[in-house]
Amino acid sequence: MSTADATRAGPPAPRSLRVALAERRAALGAFLLTAPGLIFLGLLFAMPLLQLFALSVEGGTTEWYARVFADGLYTTIFLRTFEIALFVTGAALLIGYPVAFFLATTTPTWRAIGFALVMLPFWTSVLVRTYAWMIILGRNGIVNRFLLDYGFIERPMTMLNTRFAVVLGMVHVMLPFMILPLYSAIVRIDPDLARAARGMGASRLKIFQRIYLPLTLHGVVAGVTLVFVVSLGFYITPALLGGGKVTMIAMVIEQQVREFLAWNFAGALSVVLLAITLAVFWVLNRWVARRVPPAAGQGR
Amino acid sequence: MASNSDKTSGDLSVTGIHKRYGQVRALADVSLTVAAGEFLTILGPSGSGKTTLLKVVAGFETPDEGDVRVGGRDVTDLDPAQRNIGMVFQNYALFPHLTVERNVAFPLEMRRVPTAEIRTRVAEALALVELTGFEHRLPRQLSGGQQQRVALARAIVFRPTLLLLDEPFGALDRKLRESMQLEVRRLQQRLGLTTLFITHDQEEALVMSDRIAVMDSGRLEQVGRPRDIYEAPQSPLVADFVGESNILSGTVEAAEGAAPAVRLEGGTLIRVAADGAVPAPGARVRVLLRPERLGDAGDDPGAENRIPGTVVESIYLGLSDKYRLRIAGGIELLARMGASRTARRYAEGDAITVGFHAADARIIEVR
Repeated sequence: MSTADATRAGPPAPRSLRVALAERRAALGAFLLTAPGLIFLGLLFAMPLLQLFALSVEGGTTEWYARVFADGLYTTIFLRTFEIALFVTGAALLIGYPVAFFLATTTPTWRAIGFALVMLPFWTSVLVRTYAWMIILGRNGIVNRFLLDYGFIERPMTMLNTRFAVVLGMVHVMLPFMILPLYSAIVRIDPDLARAARGMGASRLKIFQRIYLPLTLHGVVAGVTLVFVVSLGFYITPALLGGGKVTMIAMVIEQQVREFLAWNFAGALSVVLLAITLAVFWVLNRWVARRVPPAAGQGR
Repeated sequence: MASNSDKTSGDLSVTGIHKRYGQVRALADVSLTVAAGEFLTILGPSGSGKTTLLKVVAGFETPDEGDVRVGGRDVTDLDPAQRNIGMVFQNYALFPHLTVERNVAFPLEMRRVPTAEIRTRVAEALALVELTGFEHRLPRQLSGGQQQRVALARAIVFRPTLLLLDEPFGALDRKLRESMQLEVRRLQQRLGLTTLFITHDQEEALVMSDRIAVMDSGRLEQVGRPRDIYEAPQSPLVADFVGESNILSGTVEAAEGAAPAVRLEGGTLIRVAADGAVPAPGARVRVLLRPERLGDAGDDPGAENRIPGTVVESIYLGLSDKYRLRIAGGIELLARMGASRTARRYAEGDAITVGFHAADARIIEVR
């Protein structure tokens, strides 16, 4: 006992110093590894962002911010942007969850086929996909042709240049961003949990409500956050499928810069958009931290 | 499902079950009955089809042919949710996001049992598995043995007609496993639960079961009481799988007197058990000899068989000594001898004469 104590009492001071030094070296190493990424982000992302912010308050005035809120026009566009992003997120969730569920629970062959179908559009340019939708939805497009030829309608429907077209196109672009986090959440659930629940008398709906949904909530929140935040700043798809009739905030910012060279006002609009985006992100994160139990997702 | 059900356990009968997965035959003409209140173990190596059989009974797999009746009711085409069968999964399958209490309440909630009754029945079930006080823990805050008890409480709280246990002790260490085996067995007897237990551990099967069904390659090899399975296996496969065994090939010699004789391949003549039909002289047979029935010939004057040999390997096991011996013709035998104070110990290279009774050498296969 006493000898053990003696040997233990001897080395601790120098030893803990050694441990501390080793830890510091490891931390420094890890920091150095991230350096290229940090420099890249700093130069190409943080700097311009700061410049944008500087522009929005150039001359020490809040005039540009006042203009964002003074005129009902911009508030309306912000609200519309939110609405569209909300629609897109909801639709992507409703469509994406069953797809992710299928991918996570099917046989390897079907999973490979399913993933190919999900990822193929993902690897195709957004521009190409948006033009494809224009061909499908146009006055003389595939959908109208079909409905006219079979006598379902008498005159072509206006689908292009509507909010419907914008939402449809955006959902199509955003689906993989919803499906992937949902898939990774669902695939981690032990299939025996569903079997156990079924054996105890749970219907399929109950199994979804009581087991899958709570255990995949973190995946739902991840997908929703990603899709919503990206949708807020969408540009190409609403510009092309909305045909100037559906204005989202990114289009206004672009217009201010390109047509009016109003850099200060564009800066103020950008900062407001960024602030709102961060706020949404923060709220969702807080909600997740409180609602989702730490054990969730750890199937076993 | 009535909330005030006083359902007691029922019997299980499985008739003519066939199941194939593509080219693989998982179950071939399996028929089995488990009486109400009986504990029956399906024992088999992995890939023997025992888990498939369990899934067919639970309703997670549909058999190609045959039917399953639980408590007299044909459940072959019923959804698992409607079978009223309790099940403990290999990895427990506890819901990680629900507390112990909510886990155990789950089957009752699914049956729309009134809240007040749920509370009392969950408390009763937790008391049965000695987990009172753990109601508000999450599964990951429990030890393996405690998780196991929660799974058990959840499987019996709704008074199932039948209880299925799928290798539930696999993840526990030896000490805990042994105490859980006895505990589950006591609980099962106290509640009179009809139980179908799946395991590949023969010792576990012997300890727990009323009857054991040995399974291999999708077929039932033998069904019987533990003692019958161990002492009177009907095939080399069963003999080999349950317990340690010496299986010796030889030819039946003309019987003189009561005990028939078999000439082993090495030339040694042994007397074997006379029960059952003894094959005619000249028949090729296989004889089972349990290692623990081989003793020091000097200690057992009554032994009809005495075979000289050499110790090839001597292993100390605490409770007993295990010897690998070589007898005439280079045949190797395993022998286990008790570690009593008077027992003689042999070292490698020592000469030894082992003795055994004719009744302990059983013909298990005629070729």
